[in-house]
Formats: sequence, structure tokens, C-alpha cells
Amino acid sequence: MAQDITPITMPKFGLAMTEGKIAGWLVEPGASITAGEELVDIETSKITNTFESPLAGTFRRQVAANGEMLPVGALIGVVADAAVPDADIDAFITRFQAEFAESAGDGEGDAVADEPVTVTVGEYTLRLHERGEGDEIPLVLIHGFGGDLKNWMFNHAALAQGRRVIAFDLPGHGGSSKDVGPGTLEFFAGVTIRLLDHLDLPRVHVMGHSLGGGIALTLARMAPQRVASLVLVAPAGLGRQINMDFINGFIAADRVRALQDVLKYLVHDKSLIGRRMADDVLRYKRLDGAEAALRTIAAACFPAGQQGDDLRPDIQAADMPVTLIWGQADEVLPATQAEGLPAAITRHMLADIGHMPQLESATAVNTIVEEFIKTKVATS
Amino acid sequence: MSKKSFRQAINEALRQEMRRDPTVILMGEDVAGGRGGSAGVTDAWGGVLGVTKGLYEEFGATRVLDTPITEASYIGAAAGAAVTGLRPVAELMFVDFVGCCLDQIMNQAAKFRYMFGGKARTPLVIRAMYGAGFNAAAQHSQALYPLFTHIPGLKVVIPSSPYEAKGLLISAIRDDDPVIFLENKVMYDEEEEVPDEAYTIPFGEANLTREGDDVTIVAFGRMVGFANQAADRLEKKGISCTVIDPRTTSPLDRDTILECVADTGRLVIVDESSPRCNMATDIAALVAEEAFDTLRAPIRRVVPPHTPVPFATVLESLYMPSVEKIEAAVTATMNHRVVEKV
Repeated sequence: MAQDITPITMPKFGLAMTEGKIAGWLVEPGASITAGEELVDIETSKITNTFESPLAGTFRRQVAANGEMLPVGALIGVVADAAVPDADIDAFITRFQAEFAESAGDGEGDAVADEPVTVTVGEYTLRLHERGEGDEIPLVLIHGFGGDLKNWMFNHAALAQGRRVIAFDLPGHGGSSKDVGPGTLEFFAGVTIRLLDHLDLPRVHVMGHSLGGGIALTLARMAPQRVASLVLVAPAGLGRQINMDFINGFIAADRVRALQDVLKYLVHDKSLIGRRMADDVLRYKRLDGAEAALRTIAAACFPAGQQGDDLRPDIQAADMPVTLIWGQADEVLPATQAEGLPAAITRHMLADIGHMPQLESATAVNTIVEEFIKTKVATS
Repeated sequence: MSKKSFRQAINEALRQEMRRDPTVILMGEDVAGGRGGSAGVTDAWGGVLGVTKGLYEEFGATRVLDTPITEASYIGAAAGAAVTGLRPVAELMFVDFVGCCLDQIMNQAAKFRYMFGGKARTPLVIRAMYGAGFNAAAQHSQALYPLFTHIPGLKVVIPSSPYEAKGLLISAIRDDDPVIFLENKVMYDEEEEVPDEAYTIPFGEANLTREGDDVTIVAFGRMVGFANQAADRLEKKGISCTVIDPRTTSPLDRDTILECVADTGRLVIVDESSPRCNMATDIAALVAEEAFDTLRAPIRRVVPPHTPVPFATVLESLYMPSVEKIEAAVTATMNHRVVEKV
């Protein structure tokens, strides 16, 4: 090709500029331009500046429209000699755009976002993460005290085969608003029912861990018609005893090291608790209102150093299928609290596993849940 | 939660604290406007780099005070306001301007609590931009945090990312002592996920942005990102690094630095401030004194030369620590062989 085609790209005004907006073109396509002629006004987060043509020629194409926001280096126009055929200009633009997209595309796919979203349910803002689709009854996951939807990171996708699985942050936790009202199991079960209404879910399987297990049982009492089955993982409410060193330590710890020590109560294999995990929990605990929420819940649910709610009558009265999963090495709620329950409730007692079987023994837990839903629920 | 720039994170911290606590006020040159009142626009700019944009409109002239170009008077006024019940956030613009008001900071604000027998509280925050790489020449490019770190009675904060900036600034505003809050002027457009809610990050607790076995890198502010990049490149070559962001130079999290050095046996310190009596020398002294026996190689510093910051772009980039210089220092410390004495 004898004639040169020159791309005009989004300039970089200063080191900090990463993108700019076309505030207004100052030349029309087809115009003959000189070097240094004002081409276009570019607006950045800091400044609006006029971009001057680096060369003389014909302004052949305006690629970016007024008002368009583009990254530095993106094609905004084309300058070439008037003799260059339009087809060559088109080919040049196509090639440039493809190459630019490729170089910028690292790590930025256009797949559907598999990320948590925020919904407003009455006066509460709840962060929830929905995965999976299908005709089967959806499953709702309820985390425990101080936890969030990431507690199900090893279970969520695995259980979302053929059904919707919704994990959410309880009020006072994770990315949800921090008002926990009275902080009781009834309060959380009530919010969960309103979330089901919001999502238009008439009937769901409910899997709850620890305090979330207590919430699941309370939910089954308050709205039995909404609950197809219950999976209770080391649930609250089946005995008085609870490790208050964990509860109080979790509330008080404001440094990584202190929290790391407290989190070790949660697992049998202590090496699972890294600095990163503690750091992640601290990010939540340092939000305004988080600590107050935890204190309210602890006062409501664990008064006088023990569990205040006795849910044994509820689990005995539950007429939906129920299964229980408990780590035998649980240091927060002793596994002996799984004893003395109706025979219809299948118990899975996992050896050498702590308070978070869904994390420490994820595959086993996922298999148990799949089997339970397939067999017990289908035949009930 | 959404992606926010360093600039937005700081703006949000100021806004949320001003909403929460009516005693929080802003003072400084151009914090209200910057373009004056022409055409009825009072807050066109929001500070020279747009950090305080919108605050004048929300909180008005009684809480966002546009001051004359007189650092000595308004920093002094802010110190006085702090000691008499307000929580001023005074903006020095470029930290280099501290030369005009050092007495107010060093001899007044920093000394109130001590010299009044612990009875005075001075909840003052002084925000300022620091650092080279902006092509702003020698009088607008210094990284003067060692100067403040040297003065007992001041807390010194250097955020390394938008998340860090918001939490540390909220902690600074709620703190009852004078806090120097230093923002790297090249970082204002860097983005990351930042919670919408207010949150705090405590002072004196280092953050580990990488965890590795071979070399400990301590870096400050913008240098943390450089150190992370170097660590990621070195990882591919089989060298694993711990990167420590101390977050605050005063108080300094000595324990975390010493523990990490004990684990790795090698230390590289990245500090963009002038090399004599800077944080790199301070930490090198700490480790030499407290952890000498754990070292397997000499401590290495990645620091600029002892010259004013050059204006010429090529010289300025030569002056600055870089990812490549950090990689080279880490590689050098890995290649060091201890010769047994006979």
C-alpha cells in the first residue's frame, strides 16, 4: 500500500488517565486538516483538553461518537490521504479494532456475570448470589453467626445442577445491611420468608449451618408449607452448650492474628485457617455496624453463655424430610447435640471434621445433600 | 460494593464522616471550588485533583472552608480547632508545602497531648499529595513521610489502594491524635472494589499483599503495587515473595516485619522517599538489631538517589524505584552466598 493510514487514538493526558470521553468533535469527516489543528475535545475525570492532529491529511473517518467513553489507546478516528479507497479504510478499522480488543481483552470476558447482587427486601438490603437453573425445587443456603454467602463456596456450584441455589447474607452480615432488629432466630427466619416472597419462591429446600440451621428450623415452624426439606449442618438449637470463647473472641478480634486464632475453633485441620481468610472476615467486621449487629445477635441467641433457643420440639414436629450433618470434632457446638432425635432424621456424623463440614469436607457434604434430596424428598 | 477509584474512595470517606459527625470540617486551598464563583459555579473542580468534589455543595461554606494560600495560618487554625473540639481535615495539597507550616505541625499539634499532661486531644487530619512520577518537578514531587515519621506525636498513614484509603482515612478522622494522611498523586485513578458502607482499618497493623517463602519485600504506598507486580513476575521464575504493606509508618508494625523476615531470611525494602534517613534505613536498622541472626543475605534497599526529583521525564523515571529494580534487588539477594569464616 502506497498511501499511509494513520489511526487517531484516545490520548493519555497525564500518567493517571486510563480512559477519556469524547466531549465534542471539532472537525467533520472529509475535512482537510493540518498538523496541530484542533481535532476533538477529550474529557477525563480531571480535565477537559483539546487534542490536536499529529499530522496533516484528510480526516477520513470519525470512529467514536460524541459522548462515548473509551480507554486510552482506543481508535477514535482515522486520517489518510484523500486518495486512499474507502475499502482500505474499512479494512484498517476492522483490523485495528480486533487487535485492540485482543490486547485489552485479557481477563475481561463477556460471560454472564456469576456474581452476587444486592436486593431490597422491605427495609433490608440483602446481598444474594444465585446459581443454577432447572425445574427442581430451588435450594436456599443460610450461613451461620459471623458468616456470609462465601461459606458455601465449595457447595454452591456443585449443588446448582438442575436447580436454582440461592445463597444470601443474613442482615448484619457480609454485604447485607447491618440492622438486625432484635437479633433473634424468629427475626432472621422472618426476613428469609420475605426474601422468598421477593424472589417468588413458594417452596424451597433449606440448608442451614450453625445459627443458620437454627434459623432454618425456625423457618420450618413459622412457614412449614414453604419448606420442602431441611438440611441442618451443625445446627444451633439442639442443646444448651456453645463455645463462648469462639463467639466472644470472634466479636472482639480486630487484628488478623487474634482473629486467626479464633477462627481455628471452626475447623479440625487448623492449617485451613490462613491469614487471607482472617483478612477477609476482618473486612466484614470492620464495616460500621457489623460488630454491634454481632453483639445484638449474641445477646439474643446466646444469653448467659449458652444457647437460649430449644428447637428440639421443632425438629420433632417437622413433617418435612430432615437430615443432619455434623463434624465429630466440632469445637463450637458439640456433636453430641445430634443425639436423641427421631429415627426418621438421617444423621451423618463426619469423623475428624470440625464445625464447618461444608468447607472441610465439601465433597462428602455435597454428595449427602444430593442423595438426600433425590431419595428422601422424592419419595416423601 | 462497587469499583471505585482512589479519588472516589477518599471523597466517600470524607462525605460519610461529615454526615456522621457534624464536628468534621474541611479546610484548605481550593477544597471548595478551585474555579472561583464564575458563572454561578462554586464547586466546579473540587480541589486541584477533584478529590473534594461535591462536598461544598452538600455541607456548605461553614464546613468546607476554602482558605487563602497561607499554610501557616490555616494549618495552625486547624490545630487550634482540633484542640478546642472540632475534627478538622486540613488539606496541604502538595506535601512539599509543609515547609511553610512545619512549626504548626511539629511544635504545636504534635506536642499538645504530651505537653498538656495528656489532657488535650488533637483530632486533626492533614491530607497531602506526595510522590514523583507525575512530572511535577522537584518542589511538587517529594515523598516526605520520613520527615513526619521522625516526629513523635504524629501518626503517619500511607494508603496503597482505594480500599485501604477509605478505611484508613475514616480511622484517621476518628482518631484523637494528629494524623498525617499521604496520598500518592499518581494513584487517584486506580480502581478496586470498595464497600459502600463506612469501615475502619486500624493503625499499626501491616497488611500482607503476597505470602511467600524466599524473600520479604516491605513497600509503602504506591510502591506496594510495584512490589506486588515484581512478586508476581518472580513467582514465575520460582522465587516466592512476601509483600508487606505497613499501612502506617507511625505506628509501625514491627512484629509483622520481624516475623516475616524470620520466615524468609531475606529482606528488600522499597521506599520512594530520599534515601538518607528514610523508612528503608529505619526498617533496615530494626531488622539488623532484632533479627540479624535470621538473615541469610544482606538487606537490600530499592530507593531513589539522593538528589532532588528531576523534572525531565526520562530522568524522573530513572530516579524512581520500578518493578524491574525490585526484581533485580530480589534476584540479587537470592543469589547471595554466605561465605563461612574460618
